[in-house]
Amino acid sequence: MSSKVIQAMYNDDDILMDAVKEVRAANHHIEEVYTPFPVHGLDKAMGLKGTRIAITAFLYGCVGFSFSIWMMNYMMIEQWPQDIGGKPSFTFFQNMPAFVPIMFEMSVFFAAHLMVITFYMRSRLWPFKEAENPDPRTTDDMFVMEVAVDENEQELVSFLENTGTVEIKVTEK
Amino acid sequence: MYTLSSKLKLTAIIFMIVGAIGLIYGFIAAPETIEDVKEMMASEHHGEEHAAVEPSEINVEQLPGEGVSREHAQEIQEEHAAETAHGEEASHEDEHYEHVLHQLQNKPWSALYVAAFFFFMISLGVLAFYAIQYAAQAGWSPVLFRVMEAITAYLLPGGIIVFVLLMLSGFHINHLFIWMDPEVVAHDEIIQAKTSYLNVPFFLIRAAIYLGGWILFRHLLRKNSLKMDDATDNTYFKKNFKLAAGFLVFFIVTESMMSWDWIMSLDPHWFSTLFGWFVFASLFVSGITTIAIISIYLKSRGYLEFVNDSHIHDLAKFMFGISIFWTYLWFSQFMLIWYSNIPEEVVYFISRMEDYPVLFWGMLVTNFIFPVLLLMNSDYKRVNWFVIMTGIVILCGHYINVFVLVMPATVGESWFIGIPEISAVLLFAGLFLFVVFNALTKAPLLVKGNPFIKESKHYHY
Repeated sequence: MSSKVIQAMYNDDDILMDAVKEVRAANHHIEEVYTPFPVHGLDKAMGLKGTRIAITAFLYGCVGFSFSIWMMNYMMIEQWPQDIGGKPSFTFFQNMPAFVPIMFEMSVFFAAHLMVITFYMRSRLWPFKEAENPDPRTTDDMFVMEVAVDENEQELVSFLENTGTVEIKVTEK
Repeated sequence: MYTLSSKLKLTAIIFMIVGAIGLIYGFIAAPETIEDVKEMMASEHHGEEHAAVEPSEINVEQLPGEGVSREHAQEIQEEHAAETAHGEEASHEDEHYEHVLHQLQNKPWSALYVAAFFFFMISLGVLAFYAIQYAAQAGWSPVLFRVMEAITAYLLPGGIIVFVLLMLSGFHINHLFIWMDPEVVAHDEIIQAKTSYLNVPFFLIRAAIYLGGWILFRHLLRKNSLKMDDATDNTYFKKNFKLAAGFLVFFIVTESMMSWDWIMSLDPHWFSTLFGWFVFASLFVSGITTIAIISIYLKSRGYLEFVNDSHIHDLAKFMFGISIFWTYLWFSQFMLIWYSNIPEEVVYFISRMEDYPVLFWGMLVTNFIFPVLLLMNSDYKRVNWFVIMTGIVILCGHYINVFVLVMPATVGESWFIGIPEISAVLLFAGLFLFVVFNALTKAPLLVKGNPFIKESKHYHY
């Protein structure tokens, strides 16, 4: 079974938004939308689920926080509790204020970097990755909506033509 | 237009009456002579009389070289034993009782001062927030302007009360500020060196300038805001924009000095450079929290039709962010002093950590951990009861903050959150509610003529 997609091009984000709503209302499946810049509200109009990356960031932050506590407790309190300038290194809590800057930075470091790496992995971004751009103009001034063709190609094309598109391409995927 | 419900009015009046009665009781119950203190202490803790004579507890663990410190502790004990043997016990004890007497006499006054300042600082924080909204030309907040204006209405009565309390201190009716006592100053070279700044007339003049300036700015901003309702152009908006910018400059200077005068000078031997910012963070977050709580209340009564979840979300974000800011300043002040451990600075925190451990560390939980964990989630910032609950905890936490700033200097280890403290809070809470909700009835709850009002009505995050 060959899977065909229709690439409908738009040259305005407002028209695109209306088109997305119409296509969704007519129960056609939108495969993907390519835009040159973030279009506010597009994810809601497409019915995409919210991202959970903030939750991962919180968890990574907790990991960094715990790691810094473990690290400093091990190094400064357990391994070699030296008297450095009269700081009380008898228990972790006695010397905790001195560790807070590191605890803070470690939490931020872990949360930020691991979240970014998670983002790269989930969105499959890496150096030398081949670009998945259907049309080079979508990085400049064009918006492309890819709609899957189910049975009736002609009907779908004429439906999309009425949504303000400037160009329509039917391609094999 | 908002109409003051009789229930709310009654609640406010009951608060004020109960608070006033409790405070009067607090003043009557305060001891007047050393004999009263002796009686009180005898009936309160029998068998603990030794506590006064015993050497103050030394944390052996914290001193370098255990053996040395043990020896040292022994020495102190022996010294004390020698002293008592020499028959100096009586004079020594009397000195101690006199010390306690002053603390206990200060107790109702401090309770009054802490509560008066706390509610005053809420309205001052709201005024600062209001001015920032104007100066920044914020597009989301104009629907909340009338709520903010109403809260700042407390600035006038609250400011007068604070000023009267400061005057009473200046006229030696109470002993909150030890540098106002000429006998203390006569024996204290450190305070003597500061008398060019810390003297009663200059102190009161400064207080009058701060209060007068803030109240004047508030009056003008409110007047222009009311005129803007019928305006056909942006003249009054432009006037308010300039006023707000001017106020913010005036405010940051006077607020800093106010915190030195009204709070830091309670401990005239101690100083800290970021103190003004620290007090500012406290009053700012309390003010924003109060705006959120009152807005949610009014919305639940159907009075703020244009306030939506996004506005509450923004306020909650501010509560979250400024709570962290407060903690940042608290920690910066604490950690720098703890780290360098210079004796003349560190006594400030030692007295707080030893005599107020629960409040001192507990306020980190209420002012930092609680709001950070509860308001981190974007969805929770839109759940009204969540914001209210966190807001109440934040307000309690910042009351404790002011309590811990003031009390160790005035009542020391004789503190307790008892009848005078709770009554003072009730008294001012009642007055605050009465003044604020009364001010809400004076003008329509939605501003007109503000160029950003349309954007604010449709604000969506």
